Amino acid sequence: MRGASITWALRIYLLLIFTFVFAPIVFSVIFSFNSDRFPTIPLGSFTTEWYAKIFADSEVWEAARNSLIVSLSTCILATILGFCTAYSDYRYNFKFKGPYLALVLLPPTIPLIIMALAMLAWFSKIGVSGQLWSIIIAHSVLTAPFAMAIIRLRLNQIDPNLEPAAWNLGASEWRTMREVIVPFCKPAIFSALFLTAAISFDEFAVAWFVSGLNKTIPVLVLEIVQGNIDPRVNAIGTFVFFISMTLVILAQLFFLARLNTKADPQ
Amino acid sequence: MTESLVVLDRVVKRFGTFTAVREANLTIDQGEFIAIMGPSGCGKTTTLRMLAGLEEPTEGEIRIGGKRMNTVPPHERDTPMVWQSLALFPFLNARENVEFGLKMRGVDAPTRKRRALDWLERLEIGQFAERNIETLSGGQKQRVALARSLITEPQLLLLDEPLSALDAHLVIRMQSVLTRLQRELGITFVYVTHSQSEAFAMADRVVIMAQGEIAQVGKPRDIYRAPANRFVAEFVGRNNILSGKIAGANAGFVRVETPVGTLNVQAEGTAPVTGTEASFVVAADMVHIDRTPDGAENAVQASLISEEFIGSVVTLFLEAPDGTEFKVQLQERALAALEPRTGDVFHLSWKAEDAHLLPA
Repeated sequence: MRGASITWALRIYLLLIFTFVFAPIVFSVIFSFNSDRFPTIPLGSFTTEWYAKIFADSEVWEAARNSLIVSLSTCILATILGFCTAYSDYRYNFKFKGPYLALVLLPPTIPLIIMALAMLAWFSKIGVSGQLWSIIIAHSVLTAPFAMAIIRLRLNQIDPNLEPAAWNLGASEWRTMREVIVPFCKPAIFSALFLTAAISFDEFAVAWFVSGLNKTIPVLVLEIVQGNIDPRVNAIGTFVFFISMTLVILAQLFFLARLNTKADPQ
Repeated sequence: MTESLVVLDRVVKRFGTFTAVREANLTIDQGEFIAIMGPSGCGKTTTLRMLAGLEEPTEGEIRIGGKRMNTVPPHERDTPMVWQSLALFPFLNARENVEFGLKMRGVDAPTRKRRALDWLERLEIGQFAERNIETLSGGQKQRVALARSLITEPQLLLLDEPLSALDAHLVIRMQSVLTRLQRELGITFVYVTHSQSEAFAMADRVVIMAQGEIAQVGKPRDIYRAPANRFVAEFVGRNNILSGKIAGANAGFVRVETPVGTLNVQAEGTAPVTGTEASFVVAADMVHIDRTPDGAENAVQASLISEEFIGSVVTLFLEAPDGTEFKVQLQERALAALEPRTGDVFHLSWKAEDAHLLPA
């Protein structure tokens, strides 16, 4: 049994964590409805002015469209890449598998700013920088390891006889991939799609370096706050926060669902 | 061509430097129930996987229905397998699992469904057709796995220790389900197991494997009564193995001089040379046990060490004065009349015809 004091200490600790994580966001949401230009207390009157402004702003719409295209394409590309590496790791043994996996999982460990600079240098060298799909390529590289990790975890739970059992019942290797491996990994695949979309949607540094004139939402937000204090940022922030949270929560739901439907335990 | 359904012709399987199966020769007829038995690592599962096409023989040839199968990939064979882990698809329900083989063969959905339901009905689990696999009991899953592999009505069914995960009382039930199905369908069963009771209870012929080699092939009764060598005699268990020197021979019998006395042993074929080393076995249930000597030709005195109950059958473990151990198997009823206590001295005896000389 744990002492009552420890239980209380843990509860306070948890409360502090949530306060530090969510208080700024809560304030951002509150100030997005505040009529004053500067975020100060006491608050001014309630207003939806800033929301009206961003809805009327074509630049915001353009950025939102870009972000949507980028995160949607990124999540599909990254999940396909992640699935392929996860499966190759599950199924095959080959020479230099260790270095191969290390290389595959490397991108998230590189500081984003270094990654962004390197991407920019490389893309301009081969003449593909400043395009929307430059961001898509960069983000896919960045997020594929997350997709790989999630799907690989799912493949850990598969009965190693499941694939041979499908061959044994007359399914070719491709058919088995379609009929057994993909359905088995489906919760993980959805989880990976939502998570990579969320990462891509929020990512700033790489997007800022390689985007050229194609601003995504985070890039736009930086441009707005660079010159002046503008409550529009709070309104945009509120939207971004709810979209990201929805994606992450969906990813978690699929992640937990698959833990509850384990493979045949025998 | 009237070749047997399955032929293994000098089949060798090596994994790197390890030889899993060496020079296996075996023919299996249409409609036969064959059990392959042996300790773990003896090559029995590798042999089964070669029949399914999951492993390719390193040397030799496997023919099924007269056709060379060595390089035919698993999905182009019709050799369904019941897996030890069952390997049911967790994302499909019971019926969809059973349908899988037909779906791969391009059978249309209504036909598939009808046949799957027929099979589930036949195995008495029709009411669970739409249930999630995870919610079924071990025995029910077992039946789904069986239906899944039988739905294509194959000539040959492979079973890899399918009952090893079940409770004892379910094992007996499933054994009768399996033997009944096998007889009704006339399908050849190749059944891999390490359980002697399963193999001997169900199989027409038993293949005993040891360290990659086939040690003996025969009817369960022949393997029990006349093991081909010491390994089989020990593996089959419940056998008394005695060793000594040949002291003489006459009219189909030899006398063997052992530490517990000179004993008569039946010797088929040419009798071994006098003075050579020899071993023989006496099945535990062929040994007569009594408190007083009964004047039989092969008699030994031994004291009781322990007893072991397996249902209605009891095995007594006894020790002769020189340390030789004896096993005697008898019905529980007979034991009650004997009133044995640990340390009591008994007279053991058996007929010379029930002693089987092991090949040198």
